[in-house]
Amino acid sequence: MELFEAFHWAIDHPVMFWTALYQHMMMCLVSLGVGAASAIPLGFLVAHSRRASFVAINIAGAFRSIPSLAILAAAVPFLGIGFWPSVLALFVLAVPPILLNTVVGVAEVDSTITDAATGMGMSRVQMALRIELPLALGPIISGVKIATIQVIGGAALASFVGGGGLGDFISAGIALMDMPRLLVGAVPIAIMAIAAEIGFSQLERHVSHAPVKLAGEE
Amino acid sequence: MIELINVIKSYRGAPRNAVDDVSLEIETGTTVALIGPSGCGKTTTMRMINRLQTPTSGQILVNGKDVNTVDPQTLRRSIGYVIQQVGLFPHMTIAQNVATVLRLLKHDAVKIKERVSELLQMVGLDPDEMGPRLPQALSGGQRQRVGFARALAGDPDVMLMDEPFGAIDPITRTKVQSEFKEILKKTNKTVVMVTHDLDEALKMADRVAIMQDGKLMQYDTPIDILARPNSSFVADFLGADRALKQLGLITVQSVMSAPQISNDPVVGPLANLQFALSEILATNAYGLVVRDNDGPVLGYLDRATLLSSVASAAHLGSESIHIKGKK
Repeated sequence: MELFEAFHWAIDHPVMFWTALYQHMMMCLVSLGVGAASAIPLGFLVAHSRRASFVAINIAGAFRSIPSLAILAAAVPFLGIGFWPSVLALFVLAVPPILLNTVVGVAEVDSTITDAATGMGMSRVQMALRIELPLALGPIISGVKIATIQVIGGAALASFVGGGGLGDFISAGIALMDMPRLLVGAVPIAIMAIAAEIGFSQLERHVSHAPVKLAGEE
Repeated sequence: MIELINVIKSYRGAPRNAVDDVSLEIETGTTVALIGPSGCGKTTTMRMINRLQTPTSGQILVNGKDVNTVDPQTLRRSIGYVIQQVGLFPHMTIAQNVATVLRLLKHDAVKIKERVSELLQMVGLDPDEMGPRLPQALSGGQRQRVGFARALAGDPDVMLMDEPFGAIDPITRTKVQSEFKEILKKTNKTVVMVTHDLDEALKMADRVAIMQDGKLMQYDTPIDILARPNSSFVADFLGADRALKQLGLITVQSVMSAPQISNDPVVGPLANLQFALSEILATNAYGLVVRDNDGPVLGYLDRATLLSSVASAAHLGSESIHIKGKK
């Protein structure tokens, strides 16, 4: 019943609903885009050194362990209220899984394959683009999937710093003890998260190649 | 031609040099097998030629040019490289794998396509059937053929092969060895091959370099090395049956005498003496008639000649009767 009421509320207030949904998605897309654009190259850069990977992954992990709410609060004096502190907090959530998976994916590329590539005269960049990126794409997409799910949920907190998004309905719902209102925020968030899970899993399966069996048998 | 001049490779903290003052000359168009127990430095020696490893001191010249003065990527694109595990790129088709170096050298697409077909045919694979497949759909032997074709793609003068037959089952191996050897001779490649299989080295190589603890122990033709090991290590490494191995390197036609009338069993002129001996042992014949299939009788091989051939080969030196002496 409350689900019906929530649905009706959303239909009766289309501008509020679509604006919130749009804000929510923009926060997620921008933070994921910036997060992937920094974590994936960083992962490639550090993957060949065990020590550099360790340092990078742990620094990212340390930031990740700060509660998002604390980051939001700390960011307000520098970035003001609204969109940008929210994006910063979400960026911090997005980086660690993407970075970790990129490092693992690149490091796990079979060393005989990279040896053959080097021996044939590929440069570092050619190796990264033609060999490592395609072979590590499965784990990288899996990292982006984890980040996306966390960011979609995390974006609900933006409401606390005036970032808008579907979190506004959740906050209002709790404050007014209005269950249907709460669901107007919560249900789309859940649907988006599940859709991301399914979509990225499909994509991951699509790009992953079965590992080649190297021991020879005729 | 490849020259190694007093090449030393040492690793910090290691008790001895991985490669210890190795000097070696490899003539254009010949195959050299580096062989020895694990850890003898054979792989490191090979990998210094295309700069996958850097010598601590000494010089390596390929066609007169010091490899350390050439850009490593340019150098590697001009040298074919085959490894035991093949290292095919699993996300690329067979055709794309073979085209790797051609693409790095920026050849145009039409030429690449033609060359890839030609290469796949050369190694006994149907380009239309195999070209579009992924490596995982191939058997071990087929994969090694693709790896070999990929290394030949840029028509390099020099080929480096690291245990190229190690991952292939024994029956397929013999066949692939013969085919690769023929291709390498036909295309006049200078080949450095690492192996731990003595029979493979004797079969494939014009010269064998036996290494131990980073040192080059002996460097000679297979028949000379079998006839005159220069140390007890080399003799032990060759095994107690080295005289029998020598028989395998001598052709019937190189030691046969004039034809004579006989009902003895027939042997082909290009068969080796190991095979001939086996025939004599099996039939208890006095000798063998040498004849090509149904062709005319070419000569006669009697027991005494066969049995003395190893000793006289050692005496004469090898080139005149050595299988590899004549192409």
